[in-house]
Amino acid sequence: MDGGKVLAAFLGIRTEHEGFVDIIPLGGRYFPQPDDEVVGQVVDLGPSHWLIDLNAPYPAPLHATESPWRVEFGETSKFMIIGDACLVKVLSVDETKRVQVTMRDRGGRRLSGGHIVEIGHSKVPRLIGKGGSMITMIKDFTRCQAFVGQNGRVWIDGEMNDMVHAIQAIRMIDEHAQAIGLTESVKGYLEGAYGKRGA
Amino acid sequence: MEDIEHFEKEIRLVDENGRRIDGRSLDALRPIKIEAGVLKRADGSAYVEWGDNRVLAAVYGPREAHPRHLQDPTRALVQCRYNMAPFSVSDRKRPGPDRRSVEISKVTSEAFANVVFREQFPRTSVDIFIEVLQADAGTRCAGITAASVALADAGIPMRDLIASCASGKIAGQIALDLNKEEDNFGDADCPMAVVPRTGEIVLLQMDGHLTEDEFDRAMKLSMGATSKIYEMQKDALRRRYAVTALDEDDASEVSP
Amino acid sequence: MSSEVISELMREHIVKLVASGRRADGRAPEETRKLTIEKNYIKTAEGSARVRLGNTDVLVGVKIGIGEPYPDTPTSGVLTTSAELVPLASPTFESGPPSPTAIEIARVVDRGIRETKTVDMSKLVITPGEKVWVLFIDIHALDYDGNLFDAASYGTLAALSCATMRGAKLGVPDRPLPVDHWPISITAAKIRNTIVFDPALDEERIADARLTVATDENGDVRAMQKGLTGSFSYDEVRYVISTARRLGNEIRGIVRA
Repeated sequence: MDGGKVLAAFLGIRTEHEGFVDIIPLGGRYFPQPDDEVVGQVVDLGPSHWLIDLNAPYPAPLHATESPWRVEFGETSKFMIIGDACLVKVLSVDETKRVQVTMRDRGGRRLSGGHIVEIGHSKVPRLIGKGGSMITMIKDFTRCQAFVGQNGRVWIDGEMNDMVHAIQAIRMIDEHAQAIGLTESVKGYLEGAYGKRGA
Repeated sequence: MEDIEHFEKEIRLVDENGRRIDGRSLDALRPIKIEAGVLKRADGSAYVEWGDNRVLAAVYGPREAHPRHLQDPTRALVQCRYNMAPFSVSDRKRPGPDRRSVEISKVTSEAFANVVFREQFPRTSVDIFIEVLQADAGTRCAGITAASVALADAGIPMRDLIASCASGKIAGQIALDLNKEEDNFGDADCPMAVVPRTGEIVLLQMDGHLTEDEFDRAMKLSMGATSKIYEMQKDALRRRYAVTALDEDDASEVSP
Repeated sequence: MSSEVISELMREHIVKLVASGRRADGRAPEETRKLTIEKNYIKTAEGSARVRLGNTDVLVGVKIGIGEPYPDTPTSGVLTTSAELVPLASPTFESGPPSPTAIEIARVVDRGIRETKTVDMSKLVITPGEKVWVLFIDIHALDYDGNLFDAASYGTLAALSCATMRGAKLGVPDRPLPVDHWPISITAAKIRNTIVFDPALDEERIADARLTVATDENGDVRAMQKGLTGSFSYDEVRYVISTARRLGNEIRGIVRA
């Protein structure tokens, strides 16, 4: 696209670094893509659906038929109420940008317990790490369950002390996603908290 | 600006050497500083110091447009609100929008609506807020300059930034970037905003008295200034997102 | 979370966290966030200060002019305080007339200056019944991350402390606005049964009750305001007062500098 070069100049950074060229997307809100697995929050509900905020420009309806429960008409609030957090998957985004989500995919569920941390959605690949290495390291040290939503919301659950460390590690990555030696810094923090161990 | 200064009757806006009251030549811009990403809550933000102007801009969006009946089913609304803090001017201004602020809000919204890729976000609104913290004439130009950077900081897709500057006539001579005294006692003021890559004019206002030739000369000065301002805007964004370097081993999975 | 609805899950996490003596940003319950104040921030104001309390950012401008006193107080200067919670500062702030929150902040700050005689309005008379100094305090929120009460209050005191009364129109030299007292406000939030000081936004959003206490340089209580729908026991109130006194003493130096 004609504007592409100019947009890249200020919406993304091209750096040439020892032979490879990396484009790190900058700001901009998360935009749902089909198959994205995300942490959503119920912001409204009707007799046969819930409206899910995805930390995106648009909320998405979750129809009762796309939930794992048998929901009678008018009984949606028996299963999830406004404010509830959940794991959902983006089913589709049509040309008018209407987004549909489902909870019938593996892992889809209402969340309870734990905590949710929000990071810039462009930092998600960094938090996951190559082949999941970064998030696995955090989970191994802190013994927490964790789910990293493509929308930048991260759900973690575990013992309170462990959650505090996991949240701190996640915040470090959000703050310093572009820094050199980030993996080492996070590892250093976790080793400081838990002692060295084979991850 | 509206406030009255108590100057001698014979105020010389330009001396015999072509120097203005603040020492500038007729074609000189006031010093400008631009910083991107200065606020935490907003999706994008920027701060501009332009001479004695101090302006803060923030962007929220794209977000669902409310009330529902104002939504456009085919594209995003672009809504800009220009506001002056009560202490931003010599004679305190009552809080809240006055007619001047409402007008400036309208013409700046229209300028930004031209460059934002609105069709990418139907039914939403891109909300732009310009707060003038300290004013010394040219606040709408400083505001637009800041708001463009804030839009880019928020990652709003646009075909280009918008750069803005004013020129006018003081003591019968065409001058760039009038300050408060020059605006109050000068003969004409003409703020404008352009899309730098194409030269398209998306905001243009004029009050005073200019011949066609004077208008051409004023626009030429403004166009020259806006290309300098454009470089400063891009520079502010580059500095904000300066990358120190990447961890070699994590670099490969960062590219989309 | 970016959505404005509070989820039960997150509320419970913060409640449990503070009950164990920790806070989401790593602070201790009685710890206040980093405070920086830049005085004389705005040239067009007679006094001004930009305050950053953690990520909460507030700009306060003081404009001083000359005008007529109110008819019922001919020997008193005029003081008007207003607060603008402009939409730039938070996705939850809307444009329009001041919300009840903005009005409460303005009134609490105003009382904190007026009733404490921080600025003695009777000293601001030029000609009784005719001409007095008129002060406008304008609080402008720039970035909202909790505890606007304290940020606005520090900003106001800092702005007043560097304000100049311009004497040109009276043919007298400029002189500094006299500030006689230094009340420092400290806000506490009660979350379930735990009390934390200088609440950040995530704490403020789930707090059951809030109490702001201003103490002066002699340790005396000069202002109080309780907010939200929960309650405090008498012992809790005494606890907040004594902690506010201690924290206020630490902060006073920064505001006076």
